[in-house]
Amino acid sequence: MRVLHLLINGDRVTVAAPEHWTLLEVLRYELGLTGSKQGCDKGDCGACTVLVDGKPVLACLTLAALCEERAVTTIEGLLPAHVKSGGSGPDPVQAAFDECGALQCGFCQPGMMLSARALLDRNACPTRTEIQDALAGNLCRCTGYTQIVEAVELAVAKHCGVAPRRPGSARPRGRSRPPPRRA
Amino acid sequence: MKSFTLFNPKSLGDAVGALAAPTSSVKVLAGGQDLLTEMKEHLVEPDKLVNLKGVPGLDRIEFTAAGACTIGALVTVGALEEHAGVRERLRVLAEAAGSVGSPQIRSVGTVGGNLCQRPRCWYYRSEHAKCLKKGGDECFSFSGQNKYNAILGGGPSYIVHPSDLAPALVALGATVTLKCSTGERQVALERFFTLPGEGDIRRETVLRDDEVLTHVHVPAPAAGMQSTYVKFRERGSYDFALASVALALWRDGARVKEARVVLGGVAPIPWRAKAAEAALAGAAFEAATFARAADGAVQGAEGFGQNDYKIPLTKGLVQRALQSCG
Ligand SMILES: Cc1cc2nc3c(=O)[nH]c(=O)nc-3n(C[C@@H](O)[C@@H](O)[C@H](O)COP(=O)(O)OP(=O)(O)OC[C@H]3O[C@@H](n4cnc5c(N)ncnc54)[C@H](O)[C@@H]3O)c2cc1C
Ligand code: FES
Ligand code: FES
Repeated sequence: MRVLHLLINGDRVTVAAPEHWTLLEVLRYELGLTGSKQGCDKGDCGACTVLVDGKPVLACLTLAALCEERAVTTIEGLLPAHVKSGGSGPDPVQAAFDECGALQCGFCQPGMMLSARALLDRNACPTRTEIQDALAGNLCRCTGYTQIVEAVELAVAKHCGVAPRRPGSARPRGRSRPPPRRA
Repeated sequence: MKSFTLFNPKSLGDAVGALAAPTSSVKVLAGGQDLLTEMKEHLVEPDKLVNLKGVPGLDRIEFTAAGACTIGALVTVGALEEHAGVRERLRVLAEAAGSVGSPQIRSVGTVGGNLCQRPRCWYYRSEHAKCLKKGGDECFSFSGQNKYNAILGGGPSYIVHPSDLAPALVALGATVTLKCSTGERQVALERFFTLPGEGDIRRETVLRDDEVLTHVHVPAPAAGMQSTYVKFRERGSYDFALASVALALWRDGARVKEARVVLGGVAPIPWRAKAAEAALAGAAFEAATFARAADGAVQGAEGFGQNDYKIPLTKGLVQRALQSCG
């Protein structure tokens, strides 16, 4: 066992966990933060995505012991962080997912929203291609992705003050990423 | 996953010191995006992990005035992809980095870990299949499911090397520094990777257990280099390469002066397609030459049924890479 001093959603927490536990295991089985999902547990699905120092990472492939001194944001932290920064209610990404019905079973949703939040924090007005690239590591077995991309576009549109695209106009994801333009 | 002790050295000396006389099984940990998947499948069960992340000085990308580039082993794939100098001067490498895994993998996975990652062949990855790579006596892909296996350089094992950075770095003529407690050596990346038939079948590289890969060195490319990385994957979102081509090209007006063509996803090592390079050198930069280079790239290639498609796929990618330099 090892005593860990973590910073989760702005709270300092001290928790004892086996040395080899992943961040995902500590979140779910020690701290009761079950919003981060354990899908494949080996990097494939993105359901466990959390933000570590603002970057999207896979909690299932991150050792908890290496997260000391780093700021971890889970889905449970999005609303409080939004309120703390002067907003009211859920994070705009959460609100947009709600408005667009961007879920069916919901298993992928926490990871999707955190990947989207990380994108918007670094690029407030991304293009559709940039949104699709940012969500490429989050698999959804239900929706077909259309409403998910639309939800992020809605959050972007509200933030950037432009009209969102017509609903249903998002192409399904899955075309290959266009190569970066040649210098 | 079996438990282990975690050692967090604060210097490179302490890190290689911990590898020097292994009394128990020790593994180097960088981003863990490959190692943890291996440990979860019980393919490796180290007693101790030496975490490189606290070792200073290994996370930098530096260009000399002449244009040579040194990349620390702990630079993340994402940082490599986004680095302005790399994008501008070593395009093939930036494109290869951008094609690796998902954003989550790229934000954590490192350059050193990418080059030292283990194969993705599903027989190797299954803890229930004791294949050649794990001390068994058969490569099951030969008579089994071989859709993703090698068409070049295979035998007795037919894994393909999964790294996207490796073909790009071989095309750029990179070398790596390998350090142990008693010294260090420089190895051309092309020599770093070993075919199953030539080295230890259980390894893909010449890296020893007591060594750490500390840096990758890319010599300054000769003036006028055009380069690109073309990767074909089964899924559009993210995936390993079914086949890929790293191309570095120098032209002299309408002729090709020199080219380096390195294939990914089709051989147990990043595969230098020398016949394709020979077909290009001195030839007119035109479709007929591209077709000859494509034929050269798959010289000697052989599928065993389910992976036959990789032959025309690779030819198409070689031509696409060349066309994109037009
Ligand atoms: C879902 C998924 C998709 C992926 N897709 C791709 C892809 O498309 N293309 C691709 O190229 N890769 C892909 N990968 C592999 C990915 O793990 C690597 O790209 C990543 O860069 C590995 O780096 P790491 O730092 O996490 O390595 P680690 O997991 O820390 O290490 C990997 C291996 O290298 C050794 N090692 C690490 N660093 C050093 C060093 N400096 N010196 C000596 N030994 C070292 C470790 O002991 C271990 O055996 C994927 C992985 C996953 C899980
Ligand atoms: S649970 Fe982590 S990627 Fe699937
Ligand atoms: S809504 Fe079910 S996995 Fe996405």
